Amino acid sequence: MSTGTMSEAAMSEPTEESVRAEVRAWLTANWNPELSLVEWRKKLAASGWGAPHWPKQWYGRDLPVKFNAIVDEEFHKIGAVGVAKAGIRTLAAATILAHGTDLHKEKFLLRILTGEDTWCQLFSEPGSGSDMAGAVTRADRQGNKWIVNGQKVWTTSAHKAHWGLLLARANWHVPKHKGLAYFVLDMKQPGVQVHPLRQMNGHASFNQVFFTDAIVEPEFLVSDVGDGWTVATTTLMHERRGADGLRSWATASQAKGRIYEEERAEIATTMEPYKWYPQRAGRVDLVLERAKATGKFGDPVLRQEIAKLLIMSKAAEWTARRARAAQEQGRPQGPEGSLGKLVSSHVARQAARVHTYITGSDALLSGEDSPLGGVIAEILVSVPATSIAGGTDEIQRNIISERVLKMPKEPSVDTDKPFKDVPRNITAS
Amino acid sequence: MRFSFTPEQEEFRAGLRRALEARSPTKEVRRLMATDAGWEREGWQKLNRELGLTAVHIPEAYGGSGFGYGELGIVLEEMGRGLLCAPFFSTAALATTAILNAGTEEQKRTLLPSIASGETTATLAFSEDDGRNDCAGIAMTAAPSGAVYRLDGTKSFVLDGHTADLIIVLARQPGSKGEDGLSFFTVTGDAPGLERRRLKTMDETRKLARLQFNGVEARLLGQAGGAAGPFAKTMQQALVCLANEMVGGAERLREDALSYVKMRMQFGRALASFQTMKHKAADMLVDVELAKSAAYYAAAALDEGDGDMPAIASLAKACASEAYLQTAIHAVQMHGGIGFTWDNDTHLWFKRAKSSEILFGDANQHRETMMQHWGEPS
Repeated sequence: MSTGTMSEAAMSEPTEESVRAEVRAWLTANWNPELSLVEWRKKLAASGWGAPHWPKQWYGRDLPVKFNAIVDEEFHKIGAVGVAKAGIRTLAAATILAHGTDLHKEKFLLRILTGEDTWCQLFSEPGSGSDMAGAVTRADRQGNKWIVNGQKVWTTSAHKAHWGLLLARANWHVPKHKGLAYFVLDMKQPGVQVHPLRQMNGHASFNQVFFTDAIVEPEFLVSDVGDGWTVATTTLMHERRGADGLRSWATASQAKGRIYEEERAEIATTMEPYKWYPQRAGRVDLVLERAKATGKFGDPVLRQEIAKLLIMSKAAEWTARRARAAQEQGRPQGPEGSLGKLVSSHVARQAARVHTYITGSDALLSGEDSPLGGVIAEILVSVPATSIAGGTDEIQRNIISERVLKMPKEPSVDTDKPFKDVPRNITAS
Repeated sequence: MRFSFTPEQEEFRAGLRRALEARSPTKEVRRLMATDAGWEREGWQKLNRELGLTAVHIPEAYGGSGFGYGELGIVLEEMGRGLLCAPFFSTAALATTAILNAGTEEQKRTLLPSIASGETTATLAFSEDDGRNDCAGIAMTAAPSGAVYRLDGTKSFVLDGHTADLIIVLARQPGSKGEDGLSFFTVTGDAPGLERRRLKTMDETRKLARLQFNGVEARLLGQAGGAAGPFAKTMQQALVCLANEMVGGAERLREDALSYVKMRMQFGRALASFQTMKHKAADMLVDVELAKSAAYYAAAALDEGDGDMPAIASLAKACASEAYLQTAIHAVQMHGGIGFTWDNDTHLWFKRAKSSEILFGDANQHRETMMQHWGEPS
C-alpha cells in the first residue's frame, strides 16, 4: 500500500464527531413521521443508518459497534424511529449475517429491519434443556426437501413468528454435536402447531411447538449437515451478549402520529411475554418501602435479612461496574465479568424471602386480593425462573469453573459414541 | 465513582506482592507468630523504608506520600494475602487515621513524620474488657493534672498494644456518659504506671494486648471532650481497611484450595474434575469477587467523601466477614484431612478469617448499622 492511500484511509477513519455529523445530516434531510413504519424503515435500511455496524452491502455502513450509541443518540434527539430491534429477530439477523447464504440475506434481512417478519428460536426440547446438543427433533431428507418431526419448547413468540431458527438432528450415526443441522423453518405451514405453555406463575410467555412432517426447502439449510451446532453457538453467543437488551423494557415514544402509533403497537406485542420479568428478578427496589409501609421495619430479624439482600445486590451492581470499567479501558475482563447471572439468582431468591417476611399472611393471596395488585404474589412465584432460564445456576457454575477457574471437565459418557446409542429421555417424538 | 485501578496502582500492587512473597513466606509467618512480639523491628523497618508503606496515606506536609484509601486498601489487601507479621494495621489504619482525624495541626506535624518514616509504631486503644467498639463502652477516665492528664483504667483487645511505641487512648472525663466527654490522648509505650500484657490469641498472627493504666501521664490529642466524631470516623476508615485486608486473605485461600484440588488425585482423577468441587469453587469465586467489589467501592467512597459512608463501611465489613469465613471453611473442606493439620497452611488464614470476622464488630452488628443509616423513615 502506498503512503498516499494510507493517509487517505486515516483521513476517512470515522470518529465520534464525523459519525454524529453524518447521521444528523441524513436524518435532517430524510426523517418523516408521516411515513408508515415500514416505509420509513425501508428508507432507513437503504441508507445503512438502521444497522450501522452491518456490512455496507447488507443495509449497514461497516461502522464499528461502538458508534451505535452515538447514532441512537441522534435518533433520540429528534424523535426518529429506528429499525425493529426487539425480540429474536436480532439473533436471526446476527446468525444469518455470520453463516447465511446471499439468498438468506436477501430474503430475510430487510424484513427483519422493517419489522415485517417476526422470528422465534427452536432450540430447547422437552428432552434436552441444559443438554441442548442432545436434541432429538429429526430432519430427514426426502427428495429435495427436508421433513421435520419432533417437539420444541420454551419458544418465545412462536405463535406470532413467521420464521423459526431450527436446530434438528439430521444424522444419528455420529456423536451428538456432529449430527445437527441448522435451518430456517417457515412457521406458517400445516406441519407446525403452536401451543402456549402455562408457567407456574400463570403467565404463558412461551410455547410448545410440534412438528408433524413440517417441510423445509433445501435452500433454507443454514449450516452444512453436521455443522448445526457451530451455527447455534453463534446464535447463543449473541443471545448472551444481547440478553440485557432483549429483556429490558423497550420503551415507545408517546409522541402523536401514525408512525409512533405503529411503533407502540409493535413494542407492546414484542414485550408482552416479558412483562413479569421485573418480578422474576425479585424487585429489590420495593423492599425498604414495603418494610416501612407494613410496619415491620422494626423487626430485628427482618432488618438482618434486608441488609443481607442489600449487601448482595449492591455488591453485585459494583461487580458489574468493575467488569464494565475494565472493558471500557480495553483491559482483559477479570473473573468478575462471568458471575452476573449466578449472582442475580442469589439476589432474586433472597428478595423473595424478604418479601415473604414483610408481607406475612397477605403472601397467601394472589392477584387483586394481594398487595400492590398482585405484584408481590407474582414475585414469589416468578423468582424460581431466574436460576433456570438462560442457563441454570448449575450450568453457570460449570462454565465459571471450567472457563474462569480452568478446572477439568467431568468425564463425558455421550460425546464419543454415535448418538443413536446414547441413552436418552422418552419423548413424544 | 472509580471502579478500576490505574496502571500505576496495579504496578504498585504487583511490586508489593512480589516483595511480600519474598519476605513473608509462611515459614516466616510461622516463625514470627511464635514470638512474643509477633514481629521484628529490623525486618519490618527495612521493608517499610523500601516500600514506604506507613507513609502511604499520610499527607506530604507530614512526611507522607499523600495517597488515599485506594492505595492504602491495596497495601492492606496484599498484607492480608501475605499474612505479613508487622504492626501495620495498628500503626497506619488505626493510630495514623485517629491522629489525622483528631489532632491539631501542630500535633500532626509532631507525631506523623516518625510514623511515616517507620521509626515509630503506634496503635489505638479503645475497647475495654467487655470488648465493645462504641463510645458508650468507654469507662476509662482522664483527669487533668497541670498541663497533662492522668489515665486510670483498663484497655483490652489492643492491636499490637504490647509493642507499640505510641498509644492513642480513648478516655472520658470523670462523670461523663455516652458520646460526651470523650477525648483522645497520647501515651508512650514505656510510660510509668502502664502495665502491658500480651493476650494469648486464637489468631497468632494478630497480637492483642491488655493495658492497665495506673495514673499514667497522657497528653491530650485534639479537642478536649470532642473525640466522639473523630472516633466514629476512624472506626469507619478502619472497617474499610479491614475489609480490604480480608478480601486479600480470602482470595489467597481460594487460590490455594483451587490449586490443591487440581493437583490432588482421588478415584483415579483430579479432585477438581468432580462437579461438587467445581461448584464449590465457583461459589467461592462469587463470594470473594463480591466482597472485593464492596471493599474497593468503600475505599473509593472514602476518598470521594461519600455521604453514605457509615453504611458503606459497614456493608463492606459485613460482606467481607461472611465471604472470608465461608471461603476458609470451604478451603479446609477441600483440603480434607490434611487441611485440619497444623503443618498445612490453611489454618493460618482460617484463623485470620475468624479474628477478622469479630474484630470491630461482627456481620450482624454491621448489618444493623447499615439499616440504621439506610432505613430511617424519610
